[in-house]
Amino acid sequence: MFDFLDKYDLLGAFWTTVQLAVLSAVGSLIWGTILAAMRVGPVPLMRGFGTAYVNIVRNIPLTVIILFASLGLNQTLGVTLGGGNDFETINFRLAVLGLVLYTSSFVCEALRSGINTVPVGQAEAARALGLSFGQVLRLVVLPQAFRSSVVPLANVLIALIKNTTVAAAIGVAETALLMKEMIENEAQLLLISAVIALVFVVLTLPTGLILGWVGKKVAVKR
Amino acid sequence: MSSVLYDAQGPRAKRRNVLFTVVFLVALAALLWWVFGTLNDKGQLEWALWKPFFTGTEAWSTYIWPGLQNTLKAAVLAVVIALPLGAALGIARLSDHAWVRVPAAVVVEFFRSIPVLVLMIFGLALFAEYTNVSSDDRPLYAVVTGLVLYNASVLAEIVRSGILALPKGQAEGAMAIGLRKGQVMRLILLPQAVTAMLPAIVSQLVVILKDTALGGAILTFPELLASANTMSGYYGANVIASYTVVAVIYIALNFALTSFAGWLERRLRRAKKSTGAVLKADDVETADAGTVGKV
Repeated sequence: MFDFLDKYDLLGAFWTTVQLAVLSAVGSLIWGTILAAMRVGPVPLMRGFGTAYVNIVRNIPLTVIILFASLGLNQTLGVTLGGGNDFETINFRLAVLGLVLYTSSFVCEALRSGINTVPVGQAEAARALGLSFGQVLRLVVLPQAFRSSVVPLANVLIALIKNTTVAAAIGVAETALLMKEMIENEAQLLLISAVIALVFVVLTLPTGLILGWVGKKVAVKR
Repeated sequence: MSSVLYDAQGPRAKRRNVLFTVVFLVALAALLWWVFGTLNDKGQLEWALWKPFFTGTEAWSTYIWPGLQNTLKAAVLAVVIALPLGAALGIARLSDHAWVRVPAAVVVEFFRSIPVLVLMIFGLALFAEYTNVSSDDRPLYAVVTGLVLYNASVLAEIVRSGILALPKGQAEGAMAIGLRKGQVMRLILLPQAVTAMLPAIVSQLVVILKDTALGGAILTFPELLASANTMSGYYGANVIASYTVVAVIYIALNFALTSFAGWLERRLRRAKKSTGAVLKADDVETADAGTVGKV
């Protein structure tokens, strides 16, 4: 019954999905943190940029961003992100770029809501000690903000894992593209869908459960 | 709130800010310079490529408007079907009977953890194999099916947290005056929860609208994004121009919806009549992950 699986590289597709998710998660965590710092910082231009970035990027469909990365950035403008001539490497990198650009706006918002849970007195006390904005953020506010944003960030991560399927639109050989291929070639619709669904349940459910538990564990008790 | 993070600025801090501003401005300008330089090198700034959108109505009436109509059609259909389904699932999850509560929870958690795209691909094959929906209509059916399955479960969570966000006294008071369980839900909790949920529902609309683009990219559903592709073929490879125009339309639509959700939320918070329970507009994405699997 499951012998159709031998013909396809399910494990490889699964691995691509995981790679997409992990690389984009790291990238968007970094870029999202920088954006959040800009949005709460004292420099008006940076604040404006952060706000504009989040409001614009959040409202564009991820599909548009990723397709644009391929058709616009790569095929029209010749951006290869150091991928040389290898179509697959280039598209994988473009997909990661798109996912990072998109997801970081949600990371930024999750972090900002985390920063808002830090009581005003914390920052005030830190300022009273004479810490600068960078120090207040780095030593006092962000460590607490990260701890209370674990759960929102976990939800962003789950959304990101599911969003990696959009990379199928530019032909990255990940799980959804494999599913499409399998369904077209095999007459086992329900079975194939069940296997693919299982892949994503396995990826997202534990992520939610573990990070939800971690979130409760590390949250600052107030 | 964020201004708590730094003091009112003295002369040194002000000078430093100016420095940061200048450095940032230079970096931004360099980025823009590079973008325009590349666009120019590749001839993407030629007026011929942008002209269709600014002169004449052909591009709008043949490509963009029909695409936008399909996008809106799919989104509206999805919401209209998903809302009652979601409400039913959400209420079922709050049931006192385990045989109602547990299956509802399983359905909700299952569909919430699967990508919409996978549901859409499944839907497309399902309609092709088991129904006689014509192949022209299939993409629309598939897109709506995928969106409904996913969003009904998200809306179920919104309904559930909307009801749970109401003060306990509401249900207790209702039971104290002798209402039955169904009456408490129908007459007391749901009407209040619906108002509390409105901002979250409107923001979910944004998610639905964005997800319709998947149909255009992968299921050959002729919506706005797909028309950007046809357009750029027709007007001589003006990918940059077509995508910019389409992106601006998406941004305008979604930004309007997001702002509306925010406005609703503030308005509801101010309203004196309500119990003060409001689901934040962005609760959809940040609904408590800790509840996953809790039946």
